Amino acid sequence: MQAKKIATMGLLVALAMVLSWVEQLVPLSVAVPGVKLGLANLAVIFTLYRIGTRAAWGLSLLRVVLVSLTFGNAYSLWYSLAGAVLSLVVMTLLRKTGRFSLLGVSVAGAVCHNVGQIAVAAAVLGSASMVYYLPVLLVSGTAAGVCIGAVAAILVRRIQL
Amino acid sequence: MRKRTWDIVLIAAVLLAAAVLWLCLRPTETGASVLVIRDGQEIARYALQEDRTVTIGEADYNVLEIRDGQAAVIDANCGDHTCVRTGAVSRAGESIICLPHRLEIRITGGADSDVDIVAQ
Repeated sequence: MQAKKIATMGLLVALAMVLSWVEQLVPLSVAVPGVKLGLANLAVIFTLYRIGTRAAWGLSLLRVVLVSLTFGNAYSLWYSLAGAVLSLVVMTLLRKTGRFSLLGVSVAGAVCHNVGQIAVAAAVLGSASMVYYLPVLLVSGTAAGVCIGAVAAILVRRIQL
Repeated sequence: MRKRTWDIVLIAAVLLAAAVLWLCLRPTETGASVLVIRDGQEIARYALQEDRTVTIGEADYNVLEIRDGQAAVIDANCGDHTCVRTGAVSRAGESIICLPHRLEIRITGGADSDVDIVAQ
């Protein structure tokens, strides 16, 4: 890896961590757990489009582990990891089809993040009651995906690395 | 098709799925019992019509209040307090979830309702 790429990736991982932290500082006070903007996905999508798939995977997984170790607890790592992996798989595949714009990829990523977390939460609780949160999370995930996608599209267009 | 069209198809599909799930899962029946479940095991069951306040757990505690046919977690020492913010629940199938304590407080109907069967 070239020095420039190492520096860029370090910067993006740090940025993703800060975005996660900022998000935790300003919690959206909603009764349903998991409703959030997903600010860190800005960094992930930017990396996916500007650098590449492998870099985006590395960034996202590293961010999840670092954020869980720093701000989270033993359980939050698994929720986040499941959400991040499912989100990455779907975003990578949808982008490869070439049919969706960045906005569509962002929406799919946000929704899948919620779905992955719900799946792990249901497994941890040993109950399917979490499914009741799914409709709310699908709608909030779509809204978050549109917002983040719109901003990410501007960043990808304007920022030259 | 243009990319924008596919994006709209995707968003419409997700929102449609949300609407269908919401309609299918919507709890309607008034509940009868409050189930306290930890790690998937029922650890206590209370009648929704009898007012009481109980502390569930010791080191990791959640304070459950049942009043006027509604159940709510009014205090807890979990990190995120999502369970407290959930507020009061009263309909069969509704639940309060505390992930840090792997605790679920679920309302069930008098008879086994459809919602329960789905939930199990």
